[in-house]
Amino acid sequence: MIKNQEYLLEKASYCLDLAKKLGAKDSTVIVSNSISESVNFRNKKLDESNRSDNLAIGITTYIGKKKSSISSSNLLKENLDTLIEKCIETTKNTPEDEFNSLPDKDLLAKEIKDLNLYDDTHIKNENKIEYLEKLEASATSDKKIVNTESSFTEDKSNFILANSDGFSKGYKSSSFTASSVIVAKDDQSMERDYEYTSKCHLQDINGAEELGKSAAEQTIKKLSPKKIGSEKIAIIFDKRIAKGILSTFAGAISSSAISRGTSFLKDQINKKIFSDEIDIFDKPDILKGLGSRSFDSEGVKTNTLKLVEQGVLKHYLIDTYNGKKLNLKSNGRCGGTSNLYFDNGNISYKDLLNSNPRCLYITETIGHGSNIVTGDYSVGANGFLIENGDFKYPINEITIAGNFKDMFKNITLANDLEFKYATNSPTMMIEGMVVAGK
Amino acid sequence: MSNFFEKSDLSRNDAESIISDTLQKCDDGELYLENSKSESILLDDNKIKNSSYSSDLGFGFRAISDEIVAYSHSNEISKNSLKQSSENLKSTLKSAKGVYNHEIPKSNKKYYENINPIDQKTLNEKIEILNNVNKYLRTKDNNVKQVTANFLGEQKSIEIIRSGGETLTDIRPLIRFNVTVMLEKNGRKETGVYGIGGRNSYDSYLKDDNWKNVCDEALRIASVNLESKPAPAGEMKVVLGPGWPAILIHEAVGHGLEGDFNRKKTSAFHDLMGQKVASEGVTIVDDGTIDNRRGSLTIDDEGTPTEKTVLIENGILKNFMQDRLNARLMKTRSTGSGRRENYRHIVLPRMRNTMMLNGNHTQDEMIKSVDKGIFAVSFGGGQVDITSGKFVFNCTEAYEIINGKIGSPIKGATLIGDGPSILKEVSMVGNDMMLDPGIGTCGKAGQGVPVGVAQPSILINKMTVGGTKL
Repeated sequence: MIKNQEYLLEKASYCLDLAKKLGAKDSTVIVSNSISESVNFRNKKLDESNRSDNLAIGITTYIGKKKSSISSSNLLKENLDTLIEKCIETTKNTPEDEFNSLPDKDLLAKEIKDLNLYDDTHIKNENKIEYLEKLEASATSDKKIVNTESSFTEDKSNFILANSDGFSKGYKSSSFTASSVIVAKDDQSMERDYEYTSKCHLQDINGAEELGKSAAEQTIKKLSPKKIGSEKIAIIFDKRIAKGILSTFAGAISSSAISRGTSFLKDQINKKIFSDEIDIFDKPDILKGLGSRSFDSEGVKTNTLKLVEQGVLKHYLIDTYNGKKLNLKSNGRCGGTSNLYFDNGNISYKDLLNSNPRCLYITETIGHGSNIVTGDYSVGANGFLIENGDFKYPINEITIAGNFKDMFKNITLANDLEFKYATNSPTMMIEGMVVAGK
Repeated sequence: MSNFFEKSDLSRNDAESIISDTLQKCDDGELYLENSKSESILLDDNKIKNSSYSSDLGFGFRAISDEIVAYSHSNEISKNSLKQSSENLKSTLKSAKGVYNHEIPKSNKKYYENINPIDQKTLNEKIEILNNVNKYLRTKDNNVKQVTANFLGEQKSIEIIRSGGETLTDIRPLIRFNVTVMLEKNGRKETGVYGIGGRNSYDSYLKDDNWKNVCDEALRIASVNLESKPAPAGEMKVVLGPGWPAILIHEAVGHGLEGDFNRKKTSAFHDLMGQKVASEGVTIVDDGTIDNRRGSLTIDDEGTPTEKTVLIENGILKNFMQDRLNARLMKTRSTGSGRRENYRHIVLPRMRNTMMLNGNHTQDEMIKSVDKGIFAVSFGGGQVDITSGKFVFNCTEAYEIINGKIGSPIKGATLIGDGPSILKEVSMVGNDMMLDPGIGTCGKAGQGVPVGVAQPSILINKMTVGGTKL
């Protein structure tokens, strides 16, 4: 069973009290427990079972404008005593930073909305195994499938965040995740693809058969890929790749990158950085949302932000420290975004595929080719060549490159948004990118 | 040495009997205990932004029957907690009917000292160096607009208790020192990153003001990038410099030679043992036994002493890297490559220090032989798709080569290639082998472990360069 609120609260209070007694002017503590149970299948047989029980505590102490932090997985009193003592000692020896402080009291969350993030259901390993048997049976109907690896994971967690200004809140959350990775083979090639479902509530996850079938179909479609020549071409990003471009955007508007001057979006507030049709939201209070939260990792309340409105950048993602540096108030984004998404575009998925006589449809990128300082983008990719709206053949061993400043202005979105991850995008087209191939 | 049972209601004897009882019908398994202490001190934007310390304690209990692995871990080292884990393992492996393999090789060799690098230098001394780094760089070049520097130090104590009570221990120090500098000139911004580290004290890397060399190198890379022009797009010849660019070897062939992917036949190399997979003259080893290197280990995370494993010898595929599980199922022996990020994770076969050995060409010869291509000196991260064999890495310092001469620097571009065929495209191997500076972390299945790489300069006949200039 995961630790209850009372247990976590008792540990948190103990740490705050001791920190104060040892000379901390302010302090903040987070105590959490998470239990995860997973079962993995390979080629229709049980391969691995895994249970993990994680306790964690993180304490930050402030003396004047000095700050230091410690973390540990050992919650025994004796260990906490030693660590807090060490933390205070380190705080005293760390130089001052005028921007160090707890969040403004009036910004702290006053209440916790019930966002329905916790499902108490415990699914026994036998039932996980049943799900995976069904999944792998439906994934292996084609002879080209040579390997399947599937897993089912149940996560439960609970936490308390408390600080010396009297903030003390936390809540439970859960997630149920199933995934399947398939390898298919023909004379020419061996390819891998996957499908995945993750929800806060068990009843909301995709059916096993549907998941297995989809993973297998996507993998078989990739067999016998070709390499194409180097050219300038319109690129369509599958939803699972398009969301990554949104994550890069979020990284570039974080108050830390802005205040340090290391973002290509510095000084772009209230300027047009996307085309007119683009709206971007960060909405923390979606019921059962994978990124939903009642407050950020400093306890600051989180409201929905329309980050981009008709192409114009309206907000940075601001925490207390960098907010003070920039002379802005925290908007509850310490720790990043919540449920971040591009609003739907105006055209259907089908019309998007048809909007150019020839384009590339990208289903996977590899490499870490996004540079938020310069905005340069260059990654390895694979996917499909599309002609007149039809999938012609799979392609691989190419790279796609551009600069986000230009790419953002050339985005066209379909109207097929769904909330599968915490960060979501409809299918996306960007014109004018460079493909390097043969 | 950590005494994991000192403050627990669980005695060593209790633990041993629970372990033996749980594993009696299993083929393999162990209790893995870990206590790690780590610190991070960060200077950023002219200030000490962060000083933090972490201590992590826990166990991971593993039972293996045939191909099935059952694993349970917890932070609470107590009788209850270990018994609960034992029940979890037993319920997964109800039908186990194996015979426990007690055999594990022994060695007295050690590749690093039992030190705690964190305690060997005071906080004030570390802060002073970071402040000096900041001052030095900002004074040295007016275009410096941002400096980030940090120390990471760690000591990890592990203990492995096998069925029957056999116990293996290791204490592993690890440090890293990193500098990132951003320059801005005429509205253009570029960064340069450099770092050093390994399994030794901070001072062994920082003596004689060596931090200045780290700063100079980061600044040099950033300055080069400030003058860079768009990279070309398309297939061309590529000369790789010595040292860190060997992450190409790590991505292109290293991962594909890990035992698990080959047992499962999901690696593009699984049916190529004994065959020619590289040009003549190409020899690649994975070595866990080099003193104080980031990827070195006295014993792996299953207790097997590490070794120098020959993967490819003169172009021929000789060995895969194995942990105990995959070795048993493939009827071979562990190469001491069983590793895990920490007690929260299962063991997987992983790389240690992956190195291409010297040939007899010079870098100069390579450059001169290229009409049109690029010369890649330093990289950021890389990644591979094991199954299709396609891999990428990102240049952080590269130049064009025109008519046998090094030309202008080019912007960071991704290079993409095909793992199983790339080594056949190596047409010259240099005589200037270098180890990387000690900064690599390899990710696999969500687990990061410290690794090293090394290579001489090499010439590759064709790779696709992912620039924007057609």
